[in-house]
Parts: sequence; C-alpha cells; structure tokens
Amino acid sequence: MSAFLDFGPDAVLLAGLTGDNWRLKDYVARGGYEALKKILSERTAPEQVLAEIKLSALRGRGGAGFPTGMKWGFMPHNAPEKYVICNADEGEPGTFKDRDILRFNPHAVIEGMAIAAYVMGCGRGYNYIHGEIWEVYERCEEALAEARASGFIGSRILGSPFSFELFNHHGFGAYICGEETALLESIEGKKGQSRYKPPFPANVGLYGKPTTVNNVETLACVPLIVKNGGQWFLDLGRPNAGGTKIFSVSGDVERPGNYELRLGAPFAKLLEMAGGVRGGRRLKAVIPGGSSSPVLPGAVMMETCLDYDSIAKAGSMMGSGAVIVMDETRCMVRCLQRLSEFYHEESCGQCAPCREGTGWLAHIMHRIEHGEGRPGDIETLDRVAHNIMGRTVCALGDAAALPVRSFVKHFRDEFVYHVEHRRCQVADHV
Amino acid sequence: MSETVIDKSGWLNLEINGKPVQMPPGSTVMDAAQTLKVFVPHFCYHKKLSIAANCRMCLVQVEKIPKPVPACATPVSEGMKVWTRSEVALAAQQSVMEFLLINHPLDCPICDQGGECRLQDVAVGYGKGRSQFHETKRVVHGKDLGPLMSAAEMSRCIQCARCVRFSDEIAGNTELGMVQRGDRVEIVPFIGETVESELSGNMIDLCPVGALTSKPFRYRARNWELSRRKAVSPHDALGANLIVQLRRHQVVRVLPLENEAINECWLPDRDRFSYEALSSEARLTRPLVKKNGVLIETDWREALPLAAARLLHIIESGGSEALGVLISPHATLEEAALLTRLARALGCDNIDSRLRQQDFSQNLAPVPWLGMPIAAVSQLKAALFVGSFLRHDQPLLAARVRLAARRGAAISSLHSVRADWHLPLVHESIVPPSQLVAALAALVVAAHREAKVTEALPAAFDQVTPSEKDVAIVRSLLAAPEKAAIFLGSFAQQHEHALLLQALAQRLADYTRATLGVLPEAANSVGLALVGAQPQANGLNARAMLEKPRRAYMLLHTEAPFDVAQGGTALEALRQADFVLSLSPFRPSEHGVLPDIVLPIAPFTETSGTFINMEGRAQSFHGVAPPLGETRPGWQAIAALAGLLDRPFAERTPEAVRAACVPSAESIKARLSNRIELALQTLPKAAAKLERVAGVPIYHADPLVRRAPSLQRTALAAAPQATMNAALAAQLSLTTGGRVRIRQGDGEEAVTAVLSWRCDATLPANTVRFDMAHPLTAGFDVCGEFHLEAAP
Amino acid sequence: MTMPLSVTVCQKIDQAIAKYPAGREQSAVMAALTIVQSERGWLSPESLRDVAAYLNMPPVAVYEVASFYSMYHLKPVGRYVLTLCTNLPCLLQGADKAARHLQEALNIGWSETTADGMFTLLQGECMGACQEAPVLLTNHHRMCCKMTPPQIDALLAQLRAEAAGKERDE
Repeated sequence: MSAFLDFGPDAVLLAGLTGDNWRLKDYVARGGYEALKKILSERTAPEQVLAEIKLSALRGRGGAGFPTGMKWGFMPHNAPEKYVICNADEGEPGTFKDRDILRFNPHAVIEGMAIAAYVMGCGRGYNYIHGEIWEVYERCEEALAEARASGFIGSRILGSPFSFELFNHHGFGAYICGEETALLESIEGKKGQSRYKPPFPANVGLYGKPTTVNNVETLACVPLIVKNGGQWFLDLGRPNAGGTKIFSVSGDVERPGNYELRLGAPFAKLLEMAGGVRGGRRLKAVIPGGSSSPVLPGAVMMETCLDYDSIAKAGSMMGSGAVIVMDETRCMVRCLQRLSEFYHEESCGQCAPCREGTGWLAHIMHRIEHGEGRPGDIETLDRVAHNIMGRTVCALGDAAALPVRSFVKHFRDEFVYHVEHRRCQVADHV
Repeated sequence: MSETVIDKSGWLNLEINGKPVQMPPGSTVMDAAQTLKVFVPHFCYHKKLSIAANCRMCLVQVEKIPKPVPACATPVSEGMKVWTRSEVALAAQQSVMEFLLINHPLDCPICDQGGECRLQDVAVGYGKGRSQFHETKRVVHGKDLGPLMSAAEMSRCIQCARCVRFSDEIAGNTELGMVQRGDRVEIVPFIGETVESELSGNMIDLCPVGALTSKPFRYRARNWELSRRKAVSPHDALGANLIVQLRRHQVVRVLPLENEAINECWLPDRDRFSYEALSSEARLTRPLVKKNGVLIETDWREALPLAAARLLHIIESGGSEALGVLISPHATLEEAALLTRLARALGCDNIDSRLRQQDFSQNLAPVPWLGMPIAAVSQLKAALFVGSFLRHDQPLLAARVRLAARRGAAISSLHSVRADWHLPLVHESIVPPSQLVAALAALVVAAHREAKVTEALPAAFDQVTPSEKDVAIVRSLLAAPEKAAIFLGSFAQQHEHALLLQALAQRLADYTRATLGVLPEAANSVGLALVGAQPQANGLNARAMLEKPRRAYMLLHTEAPFDVAQGGTALEALRQADFVLSLSPFRPSEHGVLPDIVLPIAPFTETSGTFINMEGRAQSFHGVAPPLGETRPGWQAIAALAGLLDRPFAERTPEAVRAACVPSAESIKARLSNRIELALQTLPKAAAKLERVAGVPIYHADPLVRRAPSLQRTALAAAPQATMNAALAAQLSLTTGGRVRIRQGDGEEAVTAVLSWRCDATLPANTVRFDMAHPLTAGFDVCGEFHLEAAP
Repeated sequence: MTMPLSVTVCQKIDQAIAKYPAGREQSAVMAALTIVQSERGWLSPESLRDVAAYLNMPPVAVYEVASFYSMYHLKPVGRYVLTLCTNLPCLLQGADKAARHLQEALNIGWSETTADGMFTLLQGECMGACQEAPVLLTNHHRMCCKMTPPQIDALLAQLRAEAAGKERDE
C-alpha cells in the first residue's frame, strides 16, 4: 500500500489519500457514500440537509466565499428542470487543489453533487472540468461509470425515488469559463462569455433553467458535513466560516503543494509546512488567494491568519486559497507583467472596459518590463485599472485590475526604478 | 379618437434624475429613461435586439448599489433612484468612452460614417478631450461581405455585436459571428463566405460606427449634403416606409422610415438598394417609337399622338375587344385607376393586373388581403403557410413570423419545396404541386374530425385520409384559438387550382377558428383589385388575353415575359400584335418584346401616387425627385392620352386624381375579404407528368429591382438552377456538375433553356424546381408541360 | 477537400451528444471539435463545417467556439503540440529556463512548428498543476510535470522515438 500523501495534520478532505486509492471501493472503504445512503434510506427532508449545510457555515471555495447553504436556498422549489453544476474549471494561476481532489478522491465530488441535487431537487448535473487536465477528466469519466454501475448515480438511486443524472463536460482552454455564467454558456455550446446578472443562475441558468454552480472543494465538503453534522464542520473553522481549507502553495517555497488547514491558521504555519522560502531566502511578497487577489508584502503576510476576514483585513482576499510566494530575488515588475499578459490573453472580449483595458495594461507593462517605460506610465496603470474596476460584465475586469493596483501600491519604488533606469532593480533578474 | 386607458396597477415607481416615472414590471432603467426622454448614451443597446450590455456606455448610478450599472440590462424596482449624470455615472461613462476610443481610428474626416456616427456624437457629449493612450492602435483587416455591405474598415468596429445579434435574431440565419477573444475579437462571416441575407442592409443602419457601411453609397456623399423625403416601397405588399435621400436631385440612398405598424425600423435589401436602378443607364429619358424594327428616341409631341392614332385605328377596325390592358401590380393606384377608366371609356374590359395568376375559374368579387393587421403577425401563436416563398416574397413579414416563432409560435408549412425561411418549423409537408389540393383537403378532414364539426363534409372528401402530421398541424392551430392563421402564399395563388386551395383554406380556417390570410404579391396588388383593374363584365383576364391574342396591348409598368406566368404565350401574343404601347420608366429589356411605342413614365420616386398594402392601408406619397429627362408621371401621361382619344378626364392635379381614385379607409375595409364561394364537388387528381415548382426570385420580381446593379450581383440574384431529388436525377441520367436542357413546345416555337442543376433531397417525386422571371427562364409558361434532359 | 466524418468520430460525437438533454446537441460542440481535432490534427474550415452540419449549427457559430478556446487549432500544427505553462507560479519554478531550453532544442519560437513538422511550441496559461511546475502538455492530453531541461530532453527523445516507431509500423 502506498504511503499517505502529506497534506498536513489537519487534513480532513484529503486525509488518507495515497494517490492510488481513488476508486469507488476505496472510497466506500473510507466511509464514502454513507451520507448519501443515509439521507436516501432515512428519507431525510431536503430542508433538514440544507439546515445542516447552513449550520456548517460552509462558504464557497472557488474564490467568492459565498455561504453555500444560502446559495442552495435561492433555488426555486417548483421548477421541473433544475441543474447542479460542479465548477472544476480550475485555471486561476496558483490554484491546483481541485485537480488533487478530483484525481485522488473523485467520488467525494460525485457524492457531494448527488446530495446537492437531492437538496435542491435537481435531476441533472454536469462537472465542468478544466480542459488542460485531460487525464483528470478521463479519471472522472471512469469514476462516474463506477458510480453509475453501483447505483449511486442514475434513476431511482439506491432504490429511493430520487434520480440524478451526472455527466462530465470538459473545457478546452479558456480561463473565463471558471466564471459561473461563462461556464454555463460553455456547456450550452457557445463561447464562454459571462452573462450579465441579474438574472442569477438560480433563476435563469443552464438552458435558461434554475441552476446552482459550486466549486469542487465546496462539493467535496458536503458528504463530510452530512455524515458528521454541521456543528462538527463549523468547529473546524471560524464562527462564520466552517471547515478546513486547502491551500495551494506555489512559487518560491521548498515544497510546493496542497496543504489542508483549519480556517484561521497563521500563514507562518502554512509557509513552514511548505518547507519555508526556497533556499532560505527572505520572503518578499505573497499573493494569498490566487492571481486575482491583491499582492501583500511578505511582512504583512507573516502577521496574518488564513481566513476570510483576516486576509481581507490585511488588504487582500482569501480567494481560492492559492498562495503564490515570491522571495527577495523576484522583480515585481516582471511578476505583474506576466499576470497582466495572462488577463490580456484570457479576457473574453465581450465588454469594452475589460477587452480594451486588459490590452492597455498589458502593453504598458510590457514596455516597462522591456525598458521602454515612460513618465506617467505608473499613474496611467493605476488609473486604467481603476477605470476597469466595477464597470465590466463579470469579475475578470476586477481580477485584472486588482493585481495591478496592489503591485503598484506596495512596490511602487521598483516600478519607478524600472521606468527611470530602464532596467530592473533586483540584481539577479534576467 | 378615444384614448387608450392603460391599467397601471402593479407598475413600479421610480425616479430618474429626480423625475418620477411609473413602469411596468420587467422594464429596464433604459426603458424608464426613454419614457422620460432622458438620453442615456449607448452603443450595443437596441430596442429590437436582445440585451448584450457589452459596450458599458449606459452605466448609470443607482441608489444603494455600490457599482454603476448598465441601464439597458438593469430591471426597474419599486422606489429605485437613478442618476444618469451624477459624478459616479459621468466618471463611468467617460472611462468607457476612453476605452472604446483607444483602439478606434480618430480620423473621422476620412470616415464614410462621419457626420452620422453614433460614436462621434457620444464622444463629443460624454468623452474627455484627451487620452493617455500612447500604444499602437489595433489593426483589423477588412472583410468581403458581398456587394451590398462594406466591411473594408473593421478597425473602426467597437464590438457592440448589434450586427451579430441582428443576423441571428432578425435575419435568422446567423451569418456573422464574433470570433477570437479579448482585444483580438473580430466580426466575421464564416471562412470564405459573405453575407447573403435579404435583410443585410439593416446591419449598416445598426452599426453605430463606420465599420459596416453601404457599398453602393460608400463615399458618395456626406449626410449633411442630402435632402430627406418620405416614400413608400414599390416592391412587396408590406409597403415599407422609406426615407429617400437625394443629392442634386438624384436618389443616392434609401433608409427605413420607422413605422412600427409596418416595417418597424427595418428594410429588406430590395427596398433599400433598388434605388440604384432609378439613375441607371436603363432609364428611359425620352419616348421611343419603333421605326423599321428599331426603337428611335423621339419626343412626346410625336409619340403621344401616334399612340392615340394607332389605338383608335385598332379599335375602329377591330372593336374595343381587340385591345388588351396589362397593368403591373407595382403601378400606383392613380395610374392604374386612370388607365382602367380610359380602357373602359374606350369600351374595353380586357384589363387585368393579376399577371402571374393561372386560375380564373371564378370571377372573384372580394379583394384578397392579409386578413389581419401586419403587426398582428408578430403576435400569432400558430400559423400554417400554404405554398409560400415567404422570405423571398415578403422578407419583413418573414421577420415577424420569425419573431413569433422565437416567442414560441407553432409555424408550419405546406408546400412543394422545403421552406427556407430561417425559422424553426414545427411541421412541414412537402408534396408535388398537383397534390397540394389533396394535401390541404386532408388537413380539412383532420380539422373536421379534431374540431368535432357537426356539418357534414361534401362527398369529395370521402376518399381523403389525413396523416398523423396533418392531425398534428391541425392541433397546433386549434391550440391557439384567435391567435392562429392560415396564409396562402404566392405559389398557392399562382397554382392552377388556386381558387380551390383558397376555398379549402377557408374551410380549414373556419374549422380551426383561425384567420385566413392571402399574402398579396406586389406593392399594389390589393389596391388594384380595389380599383377594379380586372375584368368587371365579360372582359378577358390576364391569362385569356394572352392565350387569345389581341391585336393591340397597353402595358403599364409591365414587362413581358418577366412579369407574367405565361411567359412563352405572352411573347408570342405580343410579337404578333399590330400594336404594343408600353408605359415604363425603363428601356425595354433585350430579352423581351420590342413595343411599338414606349412612353417614359415616372418610377415611384418621381410621381405622386398611392399603394394599398396587404393589410388594406392606403399610403399616398409625393414625388421626391424631379422626373428624369422627359419622363412624366404616369397619371399625366395617361390623362394626356385620354385627351387625345377624346375621353378627357376632369382631374388636372395630383390631389384631384388622388381624391378621385383612392377609396376611403372605410370602403377599403368593407371590401377586403378572402372568402370565396366555391362548391367543393371534386378534387383534382395527381398529375402523371413531370411537375414544375417556380418561385419568383426576390431580385427579379419587378422591372425596378431587375435593373438594380448591386442587387443583381448578390447570390440571391444568381441564375436559377434546376433542382430535383436524386431519384429523378438518376432517372434522367444527369451527372454531377453537368447541365440540363429544358424545352417547352415543339419545333420552331419551342422554348429552351440550359441551366445548371443540383440535387435537393427535399423535393418531392417527379418535381423539378426552376424559378421564373429570369432571362433564362421567363420564356416558359409556368403551368405548361416541359421536357428535361441532360445537356450535351 | 471535404471528407466525411469517420464512423468512429461520429460514434464518439454521438456519445457526447447523449450527455445533454434532447434538443441540446449544441452542447456537444466542444467535445465534437476535440474529437475531430484529435483525428485530423487541426480544424480546417471543412472540419468546422462538418461539425456544424452534424450538430445542426450555423457554421459561424462553430467557428466562434473553435476560435475562442485556445486549445483548438485553426491552422495546421506539428505532430506533437507542446504547450508550456509560463504563468507566474510556473515562472517562479523554472518555466523561463524550460522555455529557453525548448526553443533552443527545437530551434523555434512560440507558436512555430519545426521544419520537419514534428513539433509545434505553444505558450500556455495556468493548467492548474502548479505544485509540479513547470508543467507542459503534449497534444493537450498528456501532462508532463517538473520539466527541467533534462526532463525536456528525455521527453523530446521519447516523442521522436514514438513517431519513428509509428512510421515504421505504417
């Protein structure tokens, strides 16, 4: 038997996973599908399950952190056709937790979706999987076939009156499809361009029908909550945010990887689990919640705990829990330049401020990075980013703007140096 | 006029810029602003298109919402407070304006849209003087979208996607898309294709910038150099309202005049681009008189007395029966009424304007019409079209049916070809032309059964057994009481059993409580029926006039063989006639018959006149341009001729003519009816011969459009092909890529055409489609037998 | 030249269509394009037309989708498409070195194809596997992790051998 992968001592979601024990029999051996069996055999009222989810204070793990129970509660009761969607289009730079959940424990997500469908009365679900992790998509297809064969998915599940059809849908290279309405458009066979809200998916979603979209990690928490109770989950975290959270640590650390911690743990602890800054260098900066969250200076981060409120107080966002670590040798101009290129590449092109603004930001950053900065560029960067924010159809505009504004705010000297000296302040930058 | 009382209970109260307004639930902030006449700048928003909210220009401030919101997509709510010019709103609008302009060329003086550019206008009102943008502007390569629409300057595109939405939602065939993403997005047709929609010109109007412009009008004039006059389209029976724009007395552009009841804000390309014929080489500027077999230009002083003398001679020597009068249903009411009056004064009742009709088995008293207001078509819940080339015959009516279908209406078709209307049909029956009557009879039987009608059906129906599809069509009509219609299209009206079809359709409508509508062919089909431009006593109808050749013919806006069903018969009749007088704005077609005298009369832009459209609405108009050369308004020419024939008219002015000719709205209404009395004793048998389906190609339907150069270069104007199913092609031993020879008649009188052919699996057995009214095919009689073989 | 979709391709597309409610065939367009691209290497205008006809979609709507998602190729590509992620986490973990090494080893730049038609090199965005940075995808289906220069050399050698082996078999 393979050794357990090390996701940290607090691991609940990822506990006991070896990388090889992803099949249905392994999941069942770990107590999987018990939650689904329980509510179906006991005919638990959907409202009662929903009450447990609400008690658990589970918040969406995709980035926005919206209370899951409340989101499920928005679904209308009497609609004949409703959908539950798993958002596995994990493409936010620095985020790689969903891939591990899906490849190491796919049945947790399948069970979570079945329970979600039971609570919301959905007859059909889709798991939208990032196109770049094709092997994970194939594994999910296998897992789904197992679940179907064993009667956990399909019509009249486990002999109960509850039926639920679930399918995997793969993306093929578009970050924007991680945005829930763009994802719905994509499932409908269109370009992944976000819809203007309202109406919200709970009223007008996939094929115009009521739909709830949840993140992989969120759905993976659901069977645990149903099995162990909402209070148990709540106790793992903070009063308004229950549970553990998987943090994806990347960048300048000794051991990049996923680490599962109770919400509220100090950042320093996470850094230590990841083996500290690579090569014993000094910590310079941290992006705490995926590339779209504002960067924070290392010193600020070292004083911050990892939960929604603490990170917000420090000036950033918990986001998807993707922690990108940068050491003292890193040029902040180069780092931001690559992120700006990313948002320029990934803007869907639908609305004017994002389409034009991401291109403008990328062009300026390219010039500054290549020694062609001009006086006024830094002010223009900040102004353009400000003008994008809050004026776009979806959150990609803000996602492109926030890094710009925070990098310029915290590391202005480096930008000024780049413009004035037409080269980098950081010695080893190439 | 009684004021409409609107029940405002349940409406929402809100304020915009401090002004209160009540709106029905489901309205947007933009709707509310427009109600208050508060202008909110916008580019992507258009009242007839789906909401995109992508340009972000209409961002406004709403109380209790931290971010500015797009007025076009934000629903109103009770107690909402909106500011469109607050600091927050203006800052948002200015920043969006800057984003829209950074990659837009700022060379308005050389842009074709300059002076009528929404971007330019809004930038002046809502932009800032300068931008910090110092990067290289994006370059987008031009696209070839065909002969009507220029997309040469796509760098000017601001990606509002109005054209894409129009193409998808209104035109219905999704020919344009927005490909790529980010700031690389581009508006394109599919790779290697152009835009072929018959409604394409509307995208030019919709484009808020100079990206999509009119190819024929490109760089011809600036907006402010043009005078604008109102007119009415002379093509189909919708009677679209036009703005005709002139430069130095010449029509250089036609735009839609918004009329919600008729054309909304749209125009078909036929109505928009046919103006090119008005100043084309094909226009006649002086009368023509045939001398030694050649038409020689002359003046009215010679031509008019000569015409009168020759007419008098014929009547005196052969009686008034010797004369035949063929009036185009595109003629104005005044022209037609006066010519009819003149003919009757001369004792001649051989008058007709139903030039493509075949079935004259009954003398029809009622005046066929749409059966409802045009606007009501958009509200239908179910409709059955019998023998209609809807998209080609009435493009904007097709758009309304498309809208109804989008709203869930069940649209069905019974025809001899597949309906290519770019809208979803719930049921479609395709039968050979000779079985159309039987197919409609089957629907009647189904309706009789489904609606549990007590009255017994005539014995003729005994042998008719409806299919499951017939029952389904009937049920779709029954499911929409008072909101269902049955329409007879041009193919049904031109059918050799047209009247039987109409009587059956009436019965079907009665059983299903649907409205029966006839889709009249031309701008003035209804008007000409109303003024009696058809035999009133024992005169010959259009078909008989040609089958029993007359010694003389008067043709008003009529071109044989193109405008008649009996093309071959018409050519023969006119060739052997002693005298043919043509009143037309154009030189005779080289493919037609040379008249003895041609009097140049005004096209619709150069005369006052009236058209009565398919809903029975009389629309009068003034001449918008001076007559070209020695052209005279048709009514004047006819009045002058009447004077010379000693049958003078009392009316001397356009107003007097109009007053004398145009019936009142009440009398029109009283006479419109599709109900005919026909005893249904026997139903015709299916034919054993090769059958023909012939449509009228949209850009060959009348003399004006046939001479419009840009329209003639479009795909829809291409030479007709022969199409048939694979079984028939195999039976005829046709080879792919080969051509077919079609022959009608024998020996020296045979008419032949060589056409390319194509397989169309949807065509019924033993049926060939080749359209009429084109130089290659106009010489055939539509209903005559024909022979088809592989061309060597 | 248009060639009809092969029987296996049609079967696979049918399986994809079966995942969606009746009348929602358009939902299978991404799967269909992926399947056709896997068979034909890239998506020619004819391929787009074939997919459009199969799913009863307007061709331009299929073109929109194929041009929007970055993993579809609307131009011919090499036998192996190598997509290297160069986004920030990968960059911090050696993607710049990997990029230079790949470009030198293949003697091509981004979005170029080697003269022998063997490799096309693409710059990718985040693939969601940053703990194993730098990551590289071959033909969009197989993920290669921790791509140091020696790893890259080994991969290239292995792909070349695989191609040679296939050619021998053919």
